[in-house]
Amino acid sequence: MNEQIFGIHGAALELRSQRLGVLASNIANAATPGYKARDIDFAAALDARLGGASADSSVENNMMYRIATMPSLDGNTVELGNEQVAFTENAVAYSATLSFVQGKVDTITRALKGE
Amino acid sequence: MTLFSLTQRAMSAQLVRMNAATSNLANAGSVARSEEEAYRPLRPVFVTELDRASGLTSVRSDGIVRSDAAPIQRYDPNHPYADEDGNVWESPVHESAEMIEIMESARQYQNLVQALQTAKQLMLDTLRSN
Repeated sequence: MNEQIFGIHGAALELRSQRLGVLASNIANAATPGYKARDIDFAAALDARLGGASADSSVENNMMYRIATMPSLDGNTVELGNEQVAFTENAVAYSATLSFVQGKVDTITRALKGE
Repeated sequence: MTLFSLTQRAMSAQLVRMNAATSNLANAGSVARSEEEAYRPLRPVFVTELDRASGLTSVRSDGIVRSDAAPIQRYDPNHPYADEDGNVWESPVHESAEMIEIMESARQYQNLVQALQTAKQLMLDTLRSN
C-alpha cells in the first residue's frame, strides 16, 4: 500500500534520514583518534530497498568506509569539509524528496475530498 | 540514541576539550619547586560510542590524562621557589598549540550546532507536512 502510493520517494526519504544520522556521526567524531568515517552508497542502497530488501539490511550492506584524501596521523579519516558538503547535499535531497511525498499526499487528499 | 542526544554528547565532549585547553593556557608559565610538582598539560581522551540499535556513533571523553612532557628547568636563584641549586621548574605549556586546540574545538562545536539545526529543520518540515 505504502509502496504503491509513494513509489520510490517513500524508500528514498527513509534512506536519506538514515544517511543524515551516519553523516552526523562523522561530524561528531571529527576529533576522535582512530575513527573511520562512513557513508551510505545511496544509489546502491535505494536499488536494494526497491528490490525488496529490508531498510536495515539495505543500509548495512551498502555502508562504506570513506577513503580520505589525507588521513591524519591519529588514524582519523573524517575530513570536515567533505562531511559538511555531504551533509548539506543530503539535507537538500531530503527536502526535495519530502516535497514529492507531500505532493502525492495532496493529490490523494484532493481525490478523496472530491474537489 | 537520537540525532539530538548524539550532537549533545559530541558538544559536551568538545566542551571538555576546550576547558582542558583553557586550563593549560591559564597555567602557562607557572612555576613549581620541583620537577614532580610542576603543572603538566591536561588532555581529554575521546572514544567513540556506538549505539547498535540506531546505528549512530557518538563520542565521549573517557577521562583526562596529564601529558608526560618534561617541565622546563630554568636557572633563577633569586626566585622564592628556587631549589638548592637555584633552579625552578616551569610548566611545559605551548601557548600557540593550546590556542589552536581551542580554535579547532570551537569550529567543531559550531559545526555540530549547524548540523543539529539542519536536522531539526528537516524533522520539523516532515512533522508539519500533511
